[in-house]
Amino acid sequence: MAILIQGGRVIDPGRVNGPADVLIENGKIVAVGHNLAMPSRGQGASLHTIDATGQLVLPGFVDLHVHLREPGFEYKETIQTGTASAVAGGFTSVCCMPNTNPVNDNQAITEFILDQARAAGNAHVFPVGAVTKGSEGKELAEIGDLRRAGCVAISDDGRPVMNSLVMRRAMEYALAFDLPVIDHCEDLHLSEGGCMNEGLVSTQLGLQGIPAAAEDVMVARNLALAELTGARLHLAHVSTAGSVRMVREAKARGIRVTAEACPHHFSLTEEAVRDFNTLAKMNPPLRTWQDIQAIKEGLRDGTIDVIATDHAPHAPQDKQREFAEAPFGIVGLETALPLTLALVEEGVLSLEAAVAKLTTAPAQAFSLPKGTLAPGADADVVVVDAQRQWEVDPSRFRSKSTNTPFAGWKVKGLATTTIVAGKVVYEFA
Amino acid sequence: MSLKRKDLTGIASLSPDEIMLILETADSFKEVTGREIKKVPALRGKTVVNFFFEPSTRTRTSFELAAKRLSADVINFSPSSSSIVKGESLLDTARNIEAMQADIIVLRHPSAGAAETLARGVKSSVINAGDGWHEHPTQALLDLFTLREKKLEFKGLRVAIVGDLAHSRVARSNIYALTKLGAEVRAVGPPTMIPACLEQLGVRVYYDMDEALHGVDVIMMLRLQLERQGRALFPTIREYSRLYGLTADRLRLAEPGALVMHPGPVNRGVEIAPEVADSFSSVILDQVANGVAVRMGVLYLLSGAN
Repeated sequence: MAILIQGGRVIDPGRVNGPADVLIENGKIVAVGHNLAMPSRGQGASLHTIDATGQLVLPGFVDLHVHLREPGFEYKETIQTGTASAVAGGFTSVCCMPNTNPVNDNQAITEFILDQARAAGNAHVFPVGAVTKGSEGKELAEIGDLRRAGCVAISDDGRPVMNSLVMRRAMEYALAFDLPVIDHCEDLHLSEGGCMNEGLVSTQLGLQGIPAAAEDVMVARNLALAELTGARLHLAHVSTAGSVRMVREAKARGIRVTAEACPHHFSLTEEAVRDFNTLAKMNPPLRTWQDIQAIKEGLRDGTIDVIATDHAPHAPQDKQREFAEAPFGIVGLETALPLTLALVEEGVLSLEAAVAKLTTAPAQAFSLPKGTLAPGADADVVVVDAQRQWEVDPSRFRSKSTNTPFAGWKVKGLATTTIVAGKVVYEFA
Repeated sequence: MSLKRKDLTGIASLSPDEIMLILETADSFKEVTGREIKKVPALRGKTVVNFFFEPSTRTRTSFELAAKRLSADVINFSPSSSSIVKGESLLDTARNIEAMQADIIVLRHPSAGAAETLARGVKSSVINAGDGWHEHPTQALLDLFTLREKKLEFKGLRVAIVGDLAHSRVARSNIYALTKLGAEVRAVGPPTMIPACLEQLGVRVYYDMDEALHGVDVIMMLRLQLERQGRALFPTIREYSRLYGLTADRLRLAEPGALVMHPGPVNRGVEIAPEVADSFSSVILDQVANGVAVRMGVLYLLSGAN
């Protein structure tokens, strides 16, 4: 099986940025260059040419933060539907969070996830294991086993480790396997009962706020612990100006920290909640214009390495509730690309830098052999029509869930073909 | 003139003209409540459902009386014990009530935004009778009605709202209403009970009650939720009462003849001294009486009966 992608502009961050063809054979990138020819073959060999004229040819995107909901919440999403959503959005690798039921805190669950992912045959799935048993924040999970079974990082995600000693020990222990420790930074005492950003809008609506300090306090703690232990710290979904400031300072001092931002946190403010719209309810919450500016500046100067979606599917009956009762989270895999390209349009990022936030940078953060078109690499490729305008229509999502605040948005930039391990898994029709 | 809206979910979205229309409509119903036969046929054949997810005696009774005096059929429905436990959603429950041809649903609910969510989902008119800490529009309207009845001009009126503003729907609705009509609102309480960015709603914030009361025409005391002690909002009821309780001495700091209001039920001796609650300054019972007239006005205007 060979695929030749012709006539596009290839961006492989740090390596190639210009017109080139990409030749794929046997699931690997064979060559990236000018005027490549399809290898000659005997009768019956499978040869496929993709015309990418006027389009971008990029490494398949890597999402460090998705919720595939399986096992346990298959009515919201399955590994099959979640990875179908991923490839429709141009993502060829996704890291799935452990807050399933049961929690991914042991080898058996990790293996189950990997089996389901193989059976689905869409994107590569890299499980993230729990930090503590049951994500209860008390005893360490069998992190060595999780690593051996295929976990690429550990996190207690939405149930952040509040006990600083437990977090310290987790960071130290993970060092033995060079595993990144992810933290969803939220002081659960400061955020208790909160359901949106604390500020003018929460006061007007009479909703309990989550102050920016609930995140900042834990970012500060985690940076101090990373400095103490030397662990690899990855900060999930940075949402506040304070977090950006602290990460910038920590990086300058050489602390091993990477950070991600989600498209919704640089595209929407707390104003989106104003009519009690539960589709704008997520954690961390949508913040203020000033926070958005800080996140953009952090993306621009490299303080924030990665753009990740925090894809969090919920069924309509979950979201159609009173605001305080509705669950946090929105789907993001199928809207991340145009929202990221909007940063290019706005002049926040160069096109190559934007691509890097979705490819090389996340791959590097978790040491994944992904996110590049270097010869010999797995042939995970996405062809993107960056000029293509479209309207977000959740009923067309591949995800099982449609909980997005972006319905009806006119956006620009679309994945037209997605290739995983040398196989076309998605074509825009 | 009529109210060109299906629902009354809050004061925030009302124009000053709409507020005045409701008050003027309530005037004529106040006259009805003083008659020998306190009943008019304005809502005959209409069904009003009191849909109360939170315990409430006075608001529910007030709405019930208002609807009955307009000759509507009234059903009281308190699903707190049944449906919520069964996991039935607010909307599903409401659609069931709507299927029974309810014309107006009066909703009391512990979650902010519940009335707006319900109003979007059903064809019946929805009146918010209190949603979480968000709004309690008919309370603010009856407070305005009471002030107006006492011949007070809203423009330039100095009103202190004292207590736990962070967790008070009454405070929010009154801030919206009073500022829309040109009153000067002072918010008074410990910093733990003043919500973020409150000044941006057009009020002045005071932590010192004595300072705040100087020269005010009206003092609105909020009910202290006693169970909030232990949530680090205030150390003890004793200290709260000493700092923010309305005593006869403190009342003297206000303008002579200043009015004292309270949405009830009163914690006597906590936020308000008994002798103040029972003094000539107190209009607490006028508020209750006027509640019926104001709710008649709201029901009437939303029923499309005019």
